[in-house]
Amino acid sequence: MIKDITIGQYFPGTSPVHRIDARAKILLTIAFIVMLFIADDIRGLCVGLAFTFITFIISRIPLKMMWKSLKTILVILIITSLLNLFFVHTGEPVFEWKFIKITDNGIQTAVFMVVRIACLIIGTSLLTYTTSPIDLTDAIERLLSPLKKIKVPVHELAMMMTIALRFIPTLIEETDKIMSAQKARGADMETGSIIKRAKALIPVLIPLFVSSFRHAEELALAMECRCYHGGEGRTRMKQLHLKLIDLWGTIYLAVFMAAVIVINHIW
Amino acid sequence: MAIIKTQDLTYIYGEGTPFRKVAVDNVDLEIEQGEMVGIIGHTGSGKSTLIQHFNGLMKPTKGEVYIDGEKLWDDKAKLRPVRFKVGLVFQYPEYQLFEETCYKDIAFGPKNMGLDNKEIDKRIKETARMVGLTPDLLDKSPFELSGGQKRRVAIAGVMAMEPKVLILDEPASGLDPKGREQILGLIKEYHQEKKNTVLIVSHSMEDIAKNVSKILVMNKAKLYCYDDTVKVFHRAAELEEMGLAVPQITRVFNRLKSMGIKIDDDVYTTKYAKELLLKMLKGK
Repeated sequence: MIKDITIGQYFPGTSPVHRIDARAKILLTIAFIVMLFIADDIRGLCVGLAFTFITFIISRIPLKMMWKSLKTILVILIITSLLNLFFVHTGEPVFEWKFIKITDNGIQTAVFMVVRIACLIIGTSLLTYTTSPIDLTDAIERLLSPLKKIKVPVHELAMMMTIALRFIPTLIEETDKIMSAQKARGADMETGSIIKRAKALIPVLIPLFVSSFRHAEELALAMECRCYHGGEGRTRMKQLHLKLIDLWGTIYLAVFMAAVIVINHIW
Repeated sequence: MAIIKTQDLTYIYGEGTPFRKVAVDNVDLEIEQGEMVGIIGHTGSGKSTLIQHFNGLMKPTKGEVYIDGEKLWDDKAKLRPVRFKVGLVFQYPEYQLFEETCYKDIAFGPKNMGLDNKEIDKRIKETARMVGLTPDLLDKSPFELSGGQKRRVAIAGVMAMEPKVLILDEPASGLDPKGREQILGLIKEYHQEKKNTVLIVSHSMEDIAKNVSKILVMNKAKLYCYDDTVKVFHRAAELEEMGLAVPQITRVFNRLKSMGIKIDDDVYTTKYAKELLLKMLKGK
């Protein structure tokens, strides 16, 4: 069913990874990405790989989710590895046949790139697995708030994001209902040519548009009734506080980061 | 022969996930041709899930559904014809209108059936009359109409397919008392005129009591009972325990009886109550 589509991929939980403040988590994720990119050989990258795995285990997210997030970029991974394999021509040739030339450097780079991209995706999806979308937008708003000084409407952008996230399940449910209703009138959405199927979507899309506008109007009215007037002087129900666990998280990442730097420089 | 028959019908949401929920649990029932049935039950009792099995929108997790003696889900290609045979009007059907004019919207179903234009035109005119839409409204955009009128257009859209069974999910919800009365009234007229099977889902006993000959009660995903209206309201105490209120007038008469007054307790419309009381008072 259409309801099975997960857009926010949040897995509720109470692990230390879940409990870290969302702002800290975003910053740590950025630091993690930096770490992956300063590692300039495979040993440094192994540290990054170890960090990814250990954090995943601490978060108690089912390990098969790791595979699920990788599956979406599988094609990119394959293309990257093939390109590196065939087009890096430095180092000792390992295999040569007509115009194909594979070198040891090529193999190394291919493995290196694949591991780096995989870590990148797994690490960043861990952020969305362990942080609810609402917390994420809150944190983004707070992190970007200095931009208010140069007149970037940070609060408004964050509010729009929150509203969009809030309405995704509602609209999915509505789509489901309208589709059933039109199917009950004999609409055929599963067979026929692409053009025919696209046309069959009209009876679903129009009511969906109409109801989106209705929702927007109702929500705007409800917000105005509650005296919403933008971000100025607005307090929040859930205050974000930095806690001890955020410090531990930072230290944890710092240790790995130090290891990567040491490996880079000493070896 | 029963027009709708289910055997062991079970539907489970989210099987194999932590959100597993049994929505319909082992339902066996037979609904005869030409019956006007009210389906009542609490929110979440499985009413809406149950009716979506009758036209093949939902596939049973277990068990079988037979429509007009034919087994559903044997052959997927046969599902579409079933939807023309069993017309389903969803709750708040006005939100599914999409065409430029009401005329075109009502034509959507019959067109999908592959009828020719003359037949479609005939059916639209007929159903528009039945649901009380004046001809000038047919050329208007459905988005210009009032809520009650929109609902009539939506109901007409299903009626125009001339289904053997018409199922309506809460057809009167969200309307004012006069609107409710009108919608339910026109459904009753439709039933009397066409002699088709009609199923009305509702949680308002008052609405149901006045209009139907049989009642199907769903409770916690199970079929609680399916019987004549009179017999079901005889079990008023059980219904109230389930949190389903019997019509107010039935409650009054039950109370009178328990106070020792000799009176029938199969009263569920005010009209009948009036007759009965007048007869009794005159008799004294």
